[in-house]
Amino acid sequence: MAPKNQPVGGQAPVVQRLRLRYAKRGPLRFTSHRDFARAFERALRRAGVPIAFSQGFTPHPKISYASAAPTGVGSEAEYLEIGLQAEVDPEMLRRALDAALSPGLDVLEAVIAREGGGSLADRIDASHWRLELPQVDPAEAEAAVKAFQEAGEVLVERMTKQGRRTFDARQAVTRIAVTQQSDLPSEADGAPCAIIDLVVRQVTPAVRPDDVLSGLRAVAGLEPPVPPRVTRLAQGMLTAQGEIVDPLDADREPALPG
Amino acid sequence: MSVSSVFPQLEQLLPRVSKPIQYVGGELGAVVKDWDATTVRWALMYPDAYEVGLPNQGVQILYEVLNEQPDVLAERTYAVWPDLEALMKEHGVPQFTVDAHRPVKAFDVLGLSFATELGYTNMLSALDLAGIPLDSADRGDDDPIVLAGGHASFNPEPIADFIDAAVLGDGEEAVLEITGIIREWKDEGRPGGRDELLLRLARTESIYVPRFYDVDYLPDGRIQRVVPNRPDVPFRVAKRTTMDLDAWPYPKKPLVPLAETVHERYAVEIFRGCTRGCRFCQAGMITRPVRERSITTVGQMVKEGLEFSGFSEVGLLSLSSADHSEIGDMCSGLAEQYADTNVSLSLPSTRVDAFNIDLAQELSRNGRRTGLTFAPEGGSERIRKVINKMVTKEDLIRTVVTAYSNGWRQVKLYFMCGLPTETDEDVLEIAQMAHEVIRAGREAAGTKDIRCTVSIGGFVPKPHTPFQWAPMERPEVIDARLKMLKQEINSDRSLGRAIGYRYHDGEPSLIEGLLSRGDRRVGAVIRRVWEKGGRFDGWSEHFSYARWIESAAEVLPEYGVDLDWFTTREREQLEVLPWDHLDSGLDKDWLWQDWQDSLTEYEQDDCRWTPCFDCGVCPSMDTEIQIGPTGKKLLPLTPVTNTLRVPV
Ligand code: B12
Ligand code: SF4
Repeated sequence: MAPKNQPVGGQAPVVQRLRLRYAKRGPLRFTSHRDFARAFERALRRAGVPIAFSQGFTPHPKISYASAAPTGVGSEAEYLEIGLQAEVDPEMLRRALDAALSPGLDVLEAVIAREGGGSLADRIDASHWRLELPQVDPAEAEAAVKAFQEAGEVLVERMTKQGRRTFDARQAVTRIAVTQQSDLPSEADGAPCAIIDLVVRQVTPAVRPDDVLSGLRAVAGLEPPVPPRVTRLAQGMLTAQGEIVDPLDADREPALPG
Repeated sequence: MSVSSVFPQLEQLLPRVSKPIQYVGGELGAVVKDWDATTVRWALMYPDAYEVGLPNQGVQILYEVLNEQPDVLAERTYAVWPDLEALMKEHGVPQFTVDAHRPVKAFDVLGLSFATELGYTNMLSALDLAGIPLDSADRGDDDPIVLAGGHASFNPEPIADFIDAAVLGDGEEAVLEITGIIREWKDEGRPGGRDELLLRLARTESIYVPRFYDVDYLPDGRIQRVVPNRPDVPFRVAKRTTMDLDAWPYPKKPLVPLAETVHERYAVEIFRGCTRGCRFCQAGMITRPVRERSITTVGQMVKEGLEFSGFSEVGLLSLSSADHSEIGDMCSGLAEQYADTNVSLSLPSTRVDAFNIDLAQELSRNGRRTGLTFAPEGGSERIRKVINKMVTKEDLIRTVVTAYSNGWRQVKLYFMCGLPTETDEDVLEIAQMAHEVIRAGREAAGTKDIRCTVSIGGFVPKPHTPFQWAPMERPEVIDARLKMLKQEINSDRSLGRAIGYRYHDGEPSLIEGLLSRGDRRVGAVIRRVWEKGGRFDGWSEHFSYARWIESAAEVLPEYGVDLDWFTTREREQLEVLPWDHLDSGLDKDWLWQDWQDSLTEYEQDDCRWTPCFDCGVCPSMDTEIQIGPTGKKLLPLTPVTNTLRVPV
């Protein structure tokens, strides 16, 4: 909401920038990015956040998003940045926003953006995904993953904004493995469930988890009988060791002595 | 016995359908209750797509009223698109609620809200998907009571075979009363099963149970009579009227969807009913008398509704919002309160004679001008007298000039085609009117850069209106007039360029006419259309005229009637109409007199500012006009800006 007594045609300046990590969970993973953006703007109003607005004829709230997970894919690691016209306590803001959004759209962290530390987008070049394949025998998944890893190139097809495109889904994948985690909710009781752990670098055109699944079908005929459930676990910079660095790390204040 | 969620099965299908978010619920304001902790359970359905159904006020109000009762659970369900319908059939997933994804069949009541008759085929799809027999007669004790409400239920005869009961009129108190009857019947151990429950509902004298009434026909196809087939149900069923809207300030917690819907705003009804007396308007006739919500209650609802929802637009709803006795103070008060925010105000279509410069300024206070819509409805002075829309061309020109000189660049004008006694000339006058609007508007605005849109649709005669006896015009005639009008608008190139033209063809209106004034025999047509795949009849991309024509031709001859008989035939004074046993309070003789007055172009006043003209409603329904002014003003709000609302 615009402040009182603002200069004609002007908007209050941004005095604080905050970066948020949020999750899309459960049924609300079907929220598209557009849906989320509308819900987030309403949540800013409900929570009374002193958001800053852009200049111009139709002022827009200052929000910028880092690459959003596809509709239908859950995520524990979505990021956005907001510009505020008054300073707030990040944890208070996190709680207010989290309460203002539907359960399942959860605001997990808020940190003050460090000046000169670069944009969020500059700190993200890879994603860590978890693919759950209910009713798929882990051994079968294992074999498919192996075939995928051994292939130099795995061509897949997808509809993009530019039309149908064929591209390689192999190169961008830096890690793919079948894991044995058992703390995950299983889709079908008793039925086997294969879980694939996947790290993919950001490339153009983007290689998404469903492209890797297409790739597994292409190299080994892996056909999950029910739609796999995909979750983004993390995003960030990929280190030489293959780890992903949390993009908010650079903003976090060093622990104060005492 | 507890009922489990069908979400695990549904979830497998969602990645394969368009806009899956519409099926997952999770709206702000949605309520999920423990099934076993409640005794009476309602599934409320708006039988259209989620994007249209979710914002519906009627459903939102009843949902909240019901859920406020501790032992009552209400959830919502909407029509699923054909892509999901096919998958649900293939995988055996039943019609579900979006709140907790429970199967609709498990509820005690399936309450359908029919704002329009075009939702009938969608009701059949939902019943079918739910596993509830289509015919009321085939349902057993495990099936919900299928209950119709909303404006179309003032003539539910075409769907009489498919529903178990219908409520005419306002629902707030009705749903609580029905809940009470079901609660009692369940507590007593469901004596007499389903039939006894329906009987108890019918005995209220304001819930219509079609199975307790028989319809006899004359050899020529007309209805001979509609009479109860048992001694203990009333001859006529009365409508409901909620008096004192201040006592019912709903919705308090509007539903805020994640999916995109037709309206993203907080809507408050500022009054119900309308006595302007437009003769085509069923809504105005069946919702009498006028009952205003006071300026202070509206102010309170807006404040709380916006805080709750985070919406940035407020809609002040009613059948003719500018007629509220304190509309000026209401708009200026709200504009003042929200002056420093990006909240905007809007009114649905505004009466030409009630719009003025003050209102124009309040609606455009923070530079945001939401659309302005006026509905002169008829092109010529003569036809406006026939329909009792008492506005003159001068009124209209004066009003649009006000709008254009207050910064609006675009106004919308609504008209109807195919009105009783209408000639080509009446319709062509719309073009002259639009030309004059542009000419006067250009002068007032001092620029050529203004526009108006002429929007025109086919007239559909409705039950409980003076035009219930009127013949419909044939679609060919309507389409020819619409084409003529287009040419006439474009006959002046300069003016024509500034005029947008939107029209609805005559064909869908004819089918709406069949469904509006149909009787029980029309049910067979609806069923046949649905069997042939008819769904979403309110959507031009799904509506098939051919399918309706074909189906009508297949099933109606058996009864010695046809589509024309229901639509383009004029009724006589003494003909028994299918809805005569359903009491809207309007005196049939008064309606007939008003029909005759219309043919002689005689106008009827408004009982709010002239004496009661005995339409029959108030004495028979024991109601009265409730209007202001209260003289109260909206107080400035304490600014809430920059205060985080952190939950404790
Ligand atoms: C907002 C609005 C719209 C919006 C939003 C619709 C929506 N999703 O709600 C939009 C723009 C989409 C719209 C579209 C149309 N609309 Co419209 N709309 C309105 C408007 C202005 C307000 C409706 C409203 O919220 N009323 C207030 C609520 C509380 O009333 P209610 O829904 O009737 O509910 C009460 C009772 O009926 C009852 N009740 C309702 N359902 C049930 C169910 C049960 C089980 C029970 C017991 C009781 C019950 O209880 C409720 C509380 O008392 C009205 C005018 C008006 N003021 O009513 C026109 C109006 C309803 N619309 C109308 C029409 C014709 C249409 C369209 C068919 C237009 C067209 N040709 O395309 C479409 C149909 C859309 C569709 N497929 O449903 C007409 C209805 C005609 C009639 N019966 O005479 C109206 C009356 C306008 C008019 N004067 O002509 N509309
Ligand atoms: S009975 Fe009289 S006062 Fe009541 S709505 Fe009819 S005309 Fe108006």
